[in-house]
Amino acid sequence: MWNYTEKVIDHFLHPRNVGEIENADGEGEVGSLACGDMLRLTFKLDNEGRIADAKFKTFGCASAIASSSALTEMIKGMTLEEAEKVTNRDIAKYLGGLPEEKMHCSVMGREALEAAIKNYRGEAAPKRELEGKVVCKCFGVTENDIRRVVGDNALTTIEQVTDYTKAGGGCGLCHEEIQRILDEETAEKAAGSAGTGRPHPSPRGREVPTPLISGTPELTNLQIVHKVEELINTRIRPALQHDGGDLELVDIDHDTVYVSLKGACATCPSSTITMKQFIEKELRKEISPKMRIEEVKR
Amino acid sequence: MKTIYVDNNATTRVAPEVIDAMLPFLKDMWGNPSSMHTFGGQVAKHIDRAREQVAKILNAERASEIIFTSCGTEGDNTAIRSALLADPAKRHIITTKVEHPAVLNLVKELEKEGYGATYLSVDGGGRLDMGELERSFRGDTAVVSIMWANNETGVIFPIEDIAAECEKRNVPLHVDAVQAVGKIPMDLKKTPISYLALSGHKLHAPKGVGALYVRRGSKYRPLIIGGHQEHGRRGGTENVASIVGLGAACELAFKDMNEERSRIAAMRDKLENGILTSIPRSFINGNAEFRLPNTTSISFEAIEGEAILLLMNEFGICASSGSACTSGSLLPSHVLVAMGIPFTRAHGSIRFSLSRYNNEEEIAYILEKMPGIVSRLRMLSPVS
Repeated sequence: MWNYTEKVIDHFLHPRNVGEIENADGEGEVGSLACGDMLRLTFKLDNEGRIADAKFKTFGCASAIASSSALTEMIKGMTLEEAEKVTNRDIAKYLGGLPEEKMHCSVMGREALEAAIKNYRGEAAPKRELEGKVVCKCFGVTENDIRRVVGDNALTTIEQVTDYTKAGGGCGLCHEEIQRILDEETAEKAAGSAGTGRPHPSPRGREVPTPLISGTPELTNLQIVHKVEELINTRIRPALQHDGGDLELVDIDHDTVYVSLKGACATCPSSTITMKQFIEKELRKEISPKMRIEEVKR
Repeated sequence: MKTIYVDNNATTRVAPEVIDAMLPFLKDMWGNPSSMHTFGGQVAKHIDRAREQVAKILNAERASEIIFTSCGTEGDNTAIRSALLADPAKRHIITTKVEHPAVLNLVKELEKEGYGATYLSVDGGGRLDMGELERSFRGDTAVVSIMWANNETGVIFPIEDIAAECEKRNVPLHVDAVQAVGKIPMDLKKTPISYLALSGHKLHAPKGVGALYVRRGSKYRPLIIGGHQEHGRRGGTENVASIVGLGAACELAFKDMNEERSRIAAMRDKLENGILTSIPRSFINGNAEFRLPNTTSISFEAIEGEAILLLMNEFGICASSGSACTSGSLLPSHVLVAMGIPFTRAHGSIRFSLSRYNNEEEIAYILEKMPGIVSRLRMLSPVS
């Protein structure tokens, strides 16, 4: 059984904006029945060029339906320039995360949107056509598709590429080719985005995103600070105070929380270890599996 | 919400009779059957009794031909490896494209170890071509491994005929009978099978126990080397309570088989016909004539299996699907693909598998809910 977030289940059971807009300004269709999922997106613009309405029809699993529903909600009210910047990660984030193996559903959403915008601009037919070299013949995934998704999601392994694009999930003959693309992308990232001069389709450039895993929706820094403070004040300090010690939150930098021990705890070597293990466990459970604790000596 | 469980090819409820039979061995008689003292040693005779109960449902010649294992997969691995080790000069295996992963992945692994393998194909109804089997034998064929009934479609293979072909050529036959035992009658006295694997939790015994039948005279090498348990054929202290449970489950299934077979088949047929008549573009996968009484695999065109299952789940109905999204891979079930079922149908396949604990009201409930579930998803589908 997949570990779907409540939001995924909600959008699956109560999909928003189902249907097809007649005389749509833009329409995009991706996927196929044979591949196991297919999405048809239509939108209409208002006088100011903003997306006034968007509707979808989807063949696919719960996360494909939820991703489509989420996409239509997200893009309403956006200008096309804004909509163009929506990535698959934004869709997954909106849903509170998707299981890694289902990330390709969010990619399908982004691709349908892209196809519909191109269609509006008269650049393409509604049915998305494969552009560039086809790497995965089983699922019809091109080199461009893979590079875009690898860049947007900072992917590093073939398994991830399969989870996000389906490429390599059939006969497996293209695994070498996918590895080559991954190696090139990694090398290019290491060299800085100036790179090879090959045009990169991602409009957002090369930020390095953290994985979006179900159950651990990404939090803003401020949200993390509040959560850590709450955890320290309600769960951790009372225990330490009981033993005549105390703890102070010094700083938070991304996934690392800096604390300083006081009183009896400051001089006790075992308390440092205990504290680290206990707080880290709590933080990882509550916030993200990547959280780390560092002690600052004062 | 009530749970309507029609996923019995995945696992079954432990029968209350089985639990009753097991409890004394968890509570009071927890000794080790290998012990010299009465407290432990007295347990051994209950294992022997279970061995006889298992032998009876298979109509095996001798109870000593039964070895208790931990699961069906262990039985499959032990049997195929035994046959291969018996004659190192023979390097060829015959199996089918629609086996359970317990056999299929083992044979693929053996290919990496240098063995040759022939995977027999099936027709659109999931049936074997006996001619292809006959043509596939080679001088160095070490073993034939074929399932008795398919877990996804319920299609039954003609094991009696297959056994006769193998016997003619003096090639051992291993049968993965995990889905068939307890559902259809078997007669191993008359059917020359060398090895047969079964699993407890598919016939209302608990998970973690199974049995392997090894015909007297068949080559045998233990997979698990250790103590002298099971007459040196399978090391490891016996899972006493579960073994007793497996015996009780076999006795229960054997006692009620004829009656339950027809009752379950009638419910299955009602479910199947009800769905086919009330839901357009629904299709049975697998030859309806040669099937287990409890199983039906039905495809709904233009919608996807995982989505169907999750909506069924909203109504408390538990079933399975051969769709890609539920398998953890991106391709639909290898069984449906081997049958040549178009991907469009394979993605929308649902398997209903019944048991003795299902009743008419449940079937009526499923029939009431399915049309709405399917039309709700078809409304979402871009393909009408």
